[in-house]
Amino acid sequence: MSANTTANATDERTRLEALWERDAVKIFVAFAAIYLVYAAIGLALGYSLDGIVNTLRRMTYLIAVYGMVTLALNLHWGYTGLFNIGVAGFMAIGLYVTMMLAKPVDPTGAAQYPGLGLPMPIAIAGGVVAAGLAGLVVAIPALRLRADYFAITTIAFAEIVRLGLTSGMAQQFSVFGAELGTGGGRGLTRNYGDPMNVIFELEAFSSFVDLTNALFGFGPTQARALAYSIVLVLVLIGFYWLIQRTSRSPFGRVLKAIREDEEAAQSLGKNTNRFKIKVFVLGCALMGLAGILWRFRRTGVTPTAFRPHVTFYIWIALIIGGAGSNTGSVLGSGLFVAVLFEGPRYVRRLIEEVVTVGDAPNTFAGAVGPLLSANPAPFLRYTFEEFLTLQFVLMGVALVLLMHRRPDGLLGHREETAAAIPLADRPVAETGAGPRPGGTDSDRGGDSQ
Amino acid sequence: MSDTTTEQSDSLTNERPDRPTDDVELAVDGLVKRFGGITAVDDATFEVESGSMTGLIGPNGAGKSTTFNCITGIYEPDAGTVTFQGADITGIRPYQCAEHGLVRTFQIAREMANMTVLENLMLPAKRQRGEALWRSVLPVTRREVVREERELLERVWDTLEFFEIQHLAAEKAGTLSGGQRKLLELARALMTDPEMLLLDEPFAGVNPTLEKKLLEHVHELREEGYTFLIVEHDMDLIMENCERVIVMHQGSVLAEGAPEAITSNERVIEAYLGGEV
Repeated sequence: MSANTTANATDERTRLEALWERDAVKIFVAFAAIYLVYAAIGLALGYSLDGIVNTLRRMTYLIAVYGMVTLALNLHWGYTGLFNIGVAGFMAIGLYVTMMLAKPVDPTGAAQYPGLGLPMPIAIAGGVVAAGLAGLVVAIPALRLRADYFAITTIAFAEIVRLGLTSGMAQQFSVFGAELGTGGGRGLTRNYGDPMNVIFELEAFSSFVDLTNALFGFGPTQARALAYSIVLVLVLIGFYWLIQRTSRSPFGRVLKAIREDEEAAQSLGKNTNRFKIKVFVLGCALMGLAGILWRFRRTGVTPTAFRPHVTFYIWIALIIGGAGSNTGSVLGSGLFVAVLFEGPRYVRRLIEEVVTVGDAPNTFAGAVGPLLSANPAPFLRYTFEEFLTLQFVLMGVALVLLMHRRPDGLLGHREETAAAIPLADRPVAETGAGPRPGGTDSDRGGDSQ
Repeated sequence: MSDTTTEQSDSLTNERPDRPTDDVELAVDGLVKRFGGITAVDDATFEVESGSMTGLIGPNGAGKSTTFNCITGIYEPDAGTVTFQGADITGIRPYQCAEHGLVRTFQIAREMANMTVLENLMLPAKRQRGEALWRSVLPVTRREVVREERELLERVWDTLEFFEIQHLAAEKAGTLSGGQRKLLELARALMTDPEMLLLDEPFAGVNPTLEKKLLEHVHELREEGYTFLIVEHDMDLIMENCERVIVMHQGSVLAEGAPEAITSNERVIEAYLGGEV
């Protein structure tokens, strides 16, 4: 009897393990855990339902955006070994071009710059194409460089984009007679309708608003934000699908080979430069799209949104999840946002809720000094005041630990199949002893028994 | 060992089925490659017959590997021409060289360490339609790609069978032993469907049993019509297995001919044993 239960238990165990092997399950379990923790803390603190759901919504939005860019970066670094540290630059080009194309031709108000007044879908497509073209411009000369010089080129490019947008030079200019502008340091204001209006103006959307109102007590603004996050999650799924398909194909196989040994891949007849350019352009276009979706609903954009730390956030997410794994990229983004990005803010609010923190000293000396007289309170208050700066320390510690304990990241064992079909076992030839379907060359390369 | 030697010399006298014997597969004429002040290859000229197994030997620093690199497009020669099957291929890019049917292996095996043996072998096949990104992504064309992959996988398994390494199919190439990697390299080169193979020290660091096996495979392939040019340090091995031997010394060709003629050539003996190496 007891032997039977043990057998059942092991059976159950193997079944659970087999289930865990599935990528979707891994992602689902991890995200359910993150959301449950956040919701539980919110409930414990007695937050209202709409507040909790709104927190989760904001997190979903961030995870979706980070997930998209991390997937695109995984295509560059994880699969092909292209060290792109100019991610923010390509995101900036996507968003800026989209806004410049969508802004009305005749600006009203003094601080406004004219645009081309194109409809939103065309403006988005334009932004994506522009980011891809920027990738092409960088790739053609830079891919001849060694990996480290390539990295320097990409970050230099991103900084050129950001500083170019900041400078007054391109504040307003004309192309073929049409007036355009980047707005310089003041940036661009979205003086046109919400880009999601296509969805918000649908008949069905009003019932969605009613539904969220009934469920969570959401107002129309919150309902719109929720719909926006849902759309982003759908786009993230699209990204995942696209990149998964790209990597599980003969094309993806060549990418992997380039990462492993480019010269050997060339000697086997692969024109590696063409593959590198194609994949770099594709990844940059996807980064552009993610950049657009990240901020296109905001009231405006300034170049400061695209400082290099955006790039490094994406890299941290990729390293956590494990380069080379698409599931890892999404998982890494989730953990990055939940623990390293939103975590400290949430904890800070939590502490504020529980204890009243007094005034913090203004200087570090003022914080450390009282420690000598065994009075830790000023130091703790100071630490609390600087909590968001601590975020960077936390990220650093997380990276060091990860590099030390698990340099491959959570899922980066580089085990994803690089073929359009599963390669588990030898397929059984349907025709039995007869000639195999692919046998045109087997008389030379194969066994000539 | 002596048994296999007689067997092999038997196979050397076999008629090659589909090629005239006096065809020149590869011709190198006046090849020069300089690195700064050093002339690594200095006016090297030789020919390799179609369907032959030719050995390229010489002391360290004689310019053998540099010659290989110039032929296969990894280096661009400073002077001279390389002709393959009558076509001038001087200074072409490495991938074009493989497209012509001239494929090399490396002195130190360069397997794709983080890819499985199967993936390593599926990579080189020519004209894979799925290498076009859009075909691999779009649903309708994807079906065709999947079908092609199935056919390719069949071919890969046949190749694995030929080299008797089916048991390694799912292993990551980086976990293989040195000798197994050399086998994999040869197998991978064959998957490009080549006409001629340039093997750079294929037997270095391979244990005697595996070496014997590797040699058997090479002979079998040669009988099927492939041409081989082999760089090797083991003189006995070259003398026993190649019908023609080219000796390089200080960047140029010192002697060329049948093994017997080479072993008795005084300049060769001097270069190897006494002279200014």
